[in-house]
Amino acid sequence: MIVIGGGLAGLRAAIEAQANGASVLIVSKLHPIRSHSGAAQGGVNAPLANNPDAKDDSPDKHAYDTVKGSDFLADQDAVQVMTSSAPEIIYELEHWGCPFSRTDDGRIAQRPFGGAGYPRTCYGADKTGLYMLHTLYEQVVKRAIPIISDFFVTALIVEGDTCYGLAGIDMVKGRLETIVGHSVVVATGGAGRIYGKSSNALTLTALGMALAYWVGAPLKDMEFIQFHPTGIIYKHILMTEGCRGEGGYLVNKNNERFMQKYAPSKMELAPRDIVSRSIATEIERDRGFEARDGSGYVHLDMRHLGAAKVMERLPGVRDICLEFLGLDIIKEPAPIQPVQHYTMGGIDTDVNGKTSVKGLYAAGECACVSVHGANRLGGNSLLETLVFGKRSGLAAAQYVNNIRQKSYIPQNLIANISRFYESHFKKIANSQGNEKHYALKKELNAAMDNLVGIFRNAQDLQTALGKVNTLKERFTHLGPPQSGLKFNYDILTHLELEANIDVAEAVVLGALKREESRGSHSRRDFPTRNDKDFLKHTLVSYKSKGQADVKYKPVMIDKYQPEERKY
Amino acid sequence: MTEFRVFRFDPDDNKPARFDTYTVPWEKGMTVLEGLIFISDNFVDSPSFRYSCRAAVCGSCAMHINGKYRLACNTLIETLLKDGNGTVTIQPLAHLPVYKDLVVNMDNFFKHYEAIKPYLIPASAEASAGKPDKSVPEKEIIQLPKDRKKIDGAIDCILCGACYGSCPVAGTNPEYLGPHAILKAARFYNDSRDAANQERLTLIGNSKGLFRCHSIFNCQVVCPKNLDPAGAISQMKMKLVWQKFKGLFGG
Repeated sequence: MIVIGGGLAGLRAAIEAQANGASVLIVSKLHPIRSHSGAAQGGVNAPLANNPDAKDDSPDKHAYDTVKGSDFLADQDAVQVMTSSAPEIIYELEHWGCPFSRTDDGRIAQRPFGGAGYPRTCYGADKTGLYMLHTLYEQVVKRAIPIISDFFVTALIVEGDTCYGLAGIDMVKGRLETIVGHSVVVATGGAGRIYGKSSNALTLTALGMALAYWVGAPLKDMEFIQFHPTGIIYKHILMTEGCRGEGGYLVNKNNERFMQKYAPSKMELAPRDIVSRSIATEIERDRGFEARDGSGYVHLDMRHLGAAKVMERLPGVRDICLEFLGLDIIKEPAPIQPVQHYTMGGIDTDVNGKTSVKGLYAAGECACVSVHGANRLGGNSLLETLVFGKRSGLAAAQYVNNIRQKSYIPQNLIANISRFYESHFKKIANSQGNEKHYALKKELNAAMDNLVGIFRNAQDLQTALGKVNTLKERFTHLGPPQSGLKFNYDILTHLELEANIDVAEAVVLGALKREESRGSHSRRDFPTRNDKDFLKHTLVSYKSKGQADVKYKPVMIDKYQPEERKY
Repeated sequence: MTEFRVFRFDPDDNKPARFDTYTVPWEKGMTVLEGLIFISDNFVDSPSFRYSCRAAVCGSCAMHINGKYRLACNTLIETLLKDGNGTVTIQPLAHLPVYKDLVVNMDNFFKHYEAIKPYLIPASAEASAGKPDKSVPEKEIIQLPKDRKKIDGAIDCILCGACYGSCPVAGTNPEYLGPHAILKAARFYNDSRDAANQERLTLIGNSKGLFRCHSIFNCQVVCPKNLDPAGAISQMKMKLVWQKFKGLFGG
């Protein structure tokens, strides 16, 4: 079996698959250590009750916070699975060597995070993702799981309704390859770079989602895009929610802690959708500052925390501000603005990572189980990667183990795929158009930033849809990329642009048709939540010609009935 | 006006290595990586280079920039050139074979990393309890803050390779483990949860490891995360000497 992607979800899936007898290969365009999981800062949630203020925390309370945070769109069975598995999967990672910060008595330290009733976010300073990623990679080295990096997957091989492997570019050898695998786990991360102002790595291009989407797996709830409240201006690099968890204030230009007006009880630690909307509102009403690039910002002030606490708990964000903005958060407030951060939606899966295509699984940010619903709580994404990475690795391994005819390989199909790609690449190479992929991508990014942002309305979304359709057409007039396939990033960007556009279409369509405001999806023309008509998941299916198809499916509601969401 | 002078080489074609020059419009706050991306977008024949997070945490873009090994993404052009006027000269990481332009083959770098058993080897009490890896622990291993502090720094290594590229010993001895691998060994040696100190010292206490280092300290100077591989090497040497000393006197 094959795992695409070497981030937390992919590595955890590979470890579990191998432990259950599957012969597993990790394929990734980046070396696993370069994965964006390593940029996660603030922490990972688990109801360990290690913090003195969290004595009576429990998986149920964690589940309730998650469901409420999701604006009741999360599937409650999936949430229960995640929160009840949280303690064991964190302890396991700790036993594998993950260097979490510690309480005075030597247990895993936990800090408060947004939308959580208790301090339950386990952390390693503000480098939790880095420590977790390195720990899992170390376990992959220990278990000698094979990895092919610098391999850029361009298509999944599907015959009938079953996946048999993948095709892609071996960037080292500079040629097309097909790799056969009786099951494939897609663990390629989010789609942040359909936006311009994003905290995400430049390599998070939505291609992994598109691979599954193109072969018939629907994308679910794509309209729910998380805008993180605190990205630094210009570079849009994240400053962790841990800044506020440790006591940082959000302050407007009138020196007012404005969260008082929006979430009087939780203040700065309200969920991200609410804090981002509050900041955007302050900026709109001219209570923000203006940056050199014309954008607005407010201050994230940590001066009162003191040098010792910043150096111990937040050294990474201090370095980011020093290196990229030349300011020291110990002495000055940081200029921040909301930035695209996370894709709540993704490839539609069940609690075992299974998609609608046989043999095809997905886990992590590229998947939508759904545990985040309309708004993810900070600290739940790292948890999701571990829990559902593990479960999808297990399910994919069991699927492979149960195949009777392991020898069956659809040779015809593989030959056809190879031929199709040979001709596809020839076509690209001989293209006579004069459109440039980076220019088209910039236009797409600007449309998503300006028209499909924190606040949305029908008119903007229609304009965005028109833009997407124009870009689809213009994509066919791209000029030829640089020749050759060896580390040819030009051709990769060219190929990724198609994924960018198709996945952006799913986001826009979902947003246009969801005529309500729920979680991160905030419609000015439909300002309230409408459970009667929209307490349901959006499913968008790809069509090779014309507009994608939009359907819905019910939300799994168990213990927690939808209620008004107040903080 | 900012000029980028970039190393170009493809071992698969028969042309010699060369430098190509590109003009990049500078603006305040622009990083070297942003300059390279501008070149990639705007020039027909542009160099290949690795990148990902653009936030100094993934370690993809370590390269030799104006005389020093560093990350392209967190190097502001204005820190190299006043008001962006002048030339940014970029070469790939040294001591590793070039795949193409600025992209190098890091296999040897990771082979050395793997050689030191870069994973926690827990106390034998647990390991010998006959529990397979699949078993799930019920609690964390207790580690007091003072013990956790001993691995501060070393755990922040992003394996970018700047130290390795800057180390003259790694250049003349491809078998040398390198500063990154020894720092990783020290990270586990100093972890109170690790029970393989003896084995770790044996893995690095030889002529391919600790005793190949000539204490040149380039690794310490260039580390983009301000870590101290040279200090870790000294510490491990001391531990090894102390161990031999104890051995001599039956301690």
